[in-house]
Amino acid sequence: MKMARFIGQPMRRKEDRRLLTGKGRYIADIHLARMAYVAFARSSAAHARIRGIDVARARTLPGVLTVYTAADLAVHLGPIRGVLTTPPAPWRKLVDHDINIPDQPLIADKKVRYVGEPYAVIVAESRYIAEDALELIEPDLEPLAVVSDPIEAMQSGAANLHENVANNVVARFRIRKGNVRPDSLHHIRRRFHNHRILALPIECRGVIAEYDSRGDAITIWSATQVVHWVRGEVARQLQMPESRVRCIAPDVGGGFGVKGHVYCEEIIVPFLARQLGRPISWIEDRQENLLNSTHSRDDIHDAEIVFDDRATIHALKDDLIFDSGAYTPSGIASLANIAAHICGPYRIPNFEFGATAVVTNKTPNAPYRGTGRPEGSFVIERLIDLMARELGIDPVDARRRNMIQASEMPYKSGIPYRDGVPIVYDSGDYSKSLELALRELGGVEEFRKLQMQAWSEGRYIGLGVACYVEGTGVGPFESATVRINPAGDLVVATGACSSGQGHETVFAQVTADEWGLSPEDVTVQISDTGLIATGFGSVASRSAVTSSAAIRKASAILRAKVLAVGAHLLECDVADVEMREGTVTLKGVPKGISLTEIAKAAYPGWASNRPPDMPGGLEVTEYFEPKTVTWAYGTHAGIIEILADTGEIRIHKYVVAHDAGVLINPMIANGQIMGGVCQGIGSCLLEKVVYDAQGQNLTGSLMDYLLPVAAQMPPIEILHTETPSPQNELGIKGLGEGGVIGPPGVILNGVCDALRPLRFEINQSSFSQADVVAALSKASLKSE
Amino acid sequence: MSGEREIEVTVNGRKIGAVVPPRLLLSDFLRDNLGLTGTHVGCEHGICGACTILFDGQAARSCLLFAVQTAGHEIWTVEGLSESGAIADLQEAFSKHHALQCGYCTPGMLVVAYDFLNANRSPSPEEIKDGMSAALCRCTGYWNIVSAVSEVANSERRGTKPADVAPAIRTTAP
Repeated sequence: MKMARFIGQPMRRKEDRRLLTGKGRYIADIHLARMAYVAFARSSAAHARIRGIDVARARTLPGVLTVYTAADLAVHLGPIRGVLTTPPAPWRKLVDHDINIPDQPLIADKKVRYVGEPYAVIVAESRYIAEDALELIEPDLEPLAVVSDPIEAMQSGAANLHENVANNVVARFRIRKGNVRPDSLHHIRRRFHNHRILALPIECRGVIAEYDSRGDAITIWSATQVVHWVRGEVARQLQMPESRVRCIAPDVGGGFGVKGHVYCEEIIVPFLARQLGRPISWIEDRQENLLNSTHSRDDIHDAEIVFDDRATIHALKDDLIFDSGAYTPSGIASLANIAAHICGPYRIPNFEFGATAVVTNKTPNAPYRGTGRPEGSFVIERLIDLMARELGIDPVDARRRNMIQASEMPYKSGIPYRDGVPIVYDSGDYSKSLELALRELGGVEEFRKLQMQAWSEGRYIGLGVACYVEGTGVGPFESATVRINPAGDLVVATGACSSGQGHETVFAQVTADEWGLSPEDVTVQISDTGLIATGFGSVASRSAVTSSAAIRKASAILRAKVLAVGAHLLECDVADVEMREGTVTLKGVPKGISLTEIAKAAYPGWASNRPPDMPGGLEVTEYFEPKTVTWAYGTHAGIIEILADTGEIRIHKYVVAHDAGVLINPMIANGQIMGGVCQGIGSCLLEKVVYDAQGQNLTGSLMDYLLPVAAQMPPIEILHTETPSPQNELGIKGLGEGGVIGPPGVILNGVCDALRPLRFEINQSSFSQADVVAALSKASLKSE
Repeated sequence: MSGEREIEVTVNGRKIGAVVPPRLLLSDFLRDNLGLTGTHVGCEHGICGACTILFDGQAARSCLLFAVQTAGHEIWTVEGLSESGAIADLQEAFSKHHALQCGYCTPGMLVVAYDFLNANRSPSPEEIKDGMSAALCRCTGYWNIVSAVSEVANSERRGTKPADVAPAIRTTAP
């Protein structure tokens, strides 16, 4: 009965008007009367025992309200508990594991374990004064041996970061499928490294809290992707019922995962608001953000591919060491994602994956856009190129020979997803995606001719390809409330939290189609625990899938009630009425009873007129609880040139063929992919967190940690195929992270392909012009 | 705080008198004292460009200026440029081309674009890419921003100046 009128339309965003006029409301824009300001004293040592912290001078500075150390806080608050990160029971049942994630103190108590870790908190009348007071705090630190390398961290004799964590290993697990034995087949073994990078939204984090003594209640505003998670932890720590803790995410200036878990500041700030009886504000500055907000990637793979003469893959083996940094706030999420995605869109009958998470004296490591997927994809895509070179075939052919075919769908990969459900690639045509991307690039054979020509002229151009699958829309659930207010206007609330994805627009499109309304008629409310009992939040490419499905479920139930009220008003059987353009009509009649009239009848009041025994009101809350993820996929391909004189790496053309099922808003979908590709390119060619051997972070400003700018973006072509997901009625798959998965494989494969005459090989996701120059000069020495 | 200075500055066409500590950043003055929170702070060291404003008609980082340095000068922020209609074409093009996602860099990006188009009457696509490299965006991948600016660069009506109105108001630092 419903037609998709708005789903699929590249509609302009509802959010734009306020954001384009400077009227967005971000965390730092919130000013409350009598607000006080927090600054954290942060460690400049990577590993040290705290003998004492002298805060006496800081306390006496005019304008300072209070100073807390860990000892002062410990009376009231506990740590962020490691057990919170325990993987779901079905996963634990299927996977051989040993996980022991230590608690993270809200601020450092006995030791500091990374540069940037907070050890004292100052509250003052202004942030300026709070920062003045920071200078007056005198920590007495006894330096300890620094653990900066995850492999050395596991050796006997290495300093231990945490009591009760032997060899600094906080998690191990192993996944096996089939039997990995090389026998007489070929095998290639390499060490791969995904380097440490950052999400780096342009807005840093921030938390503001206000205590209401009348209701003994707390309101928290936080630049977070997970309001309900924050509410739950604050309620637990402050020992308040959740009904008296409300968390709101205002406009959030980018998240990409770094705002996707609970941080200590989100506990401390509301505690201070209650303690002092004043609104409290903490706005992270960029240096804090670079040193203290979670980092990502940073894993070492000893990986091996086993294959036969015809380039058929027989087995993949990977031993992963994950540099967790000092704490592990998201547990094994990234590691389990690597395991789930490393096989990509390929038939790999035998698989063995061992993962070890190791703590070191670095900033904690947690998911950033794509987490686990770019890392795994990079490894398998490099291995396939290496295999092809070994056999003397085109890497594109090597992919074609191993790719799972559309006729094999749904395809059981034999590996558990991180929700503990065995992976089933649910739909799609991976080969079509590959061919589409290659054709857009001008065709492989055509390119090889150009490449030969270039080589003969002393120029180096290469083709890089990366194909990937992406589990999206992960559970366990998402919520939606659909309500028609007494005045007849329709409002939708969901547990999703937008940080730029355009939720107010896309969920209005989805809802409008459910009700035959226009998106302008739908109010979408997100990012507020006061609006809906529970929710999961916006991480892991999940909101478009799960919130849309929840909105649809709730709408269906509410519609039945609306129809029943309508039939009652029309004095006919409910089977004889239908929804048409937001009204209830007799079937076949163009226009009927408006939602305003239905609402008047459905709510209690003098004008109430509903069927006997029907409860009053028009509101339904429903939860979408997916059985498991749905599988988006894609191919990225690029033509890359190395300038022989300077080593500069130029991407001449970059093509994305992407399938995220049914697209709600293709304009927004393109924006998500484009942004992801930009981050992926940046991660390879510019971005890198650098630590020295003493655990000092050498990239504490945006002059050291480089982000891509407009001038560095290559031409990018995005092509969509739309294979509807069978996992939800709307056929949607997630796509927030897809764009970032391909670039490491494309760029590294492309560079190695361009420099094939020099037998150049590189297996770390970051490299510089200097690496290329070194390779070129080495090669020219050889030829002399 | 001792040593506060009295300044008079024109912000968005209005003369404003204020008493400010010498170390108060212009970005904080605009946001906290004047309530002009459209100017965003992304790095406080002049790299990201989210805090870009017009200082005597030229783009400048408000996080790299002290409020006292603006005495006797003229500042325009995204709010004033919006109300005057000066960036209406850019705002329309940004929305049409989906040149913003989270919106945090957007006010600075609009001021950078406005300044760039003032200085470049008919820029090439390469010049637009270079010009728009004066600010960081982490969401869009830049192409939609470049498309939006290109559209305005190639449009007929160009170069509306900020309106000139001046009812003086007075504020003092808290």
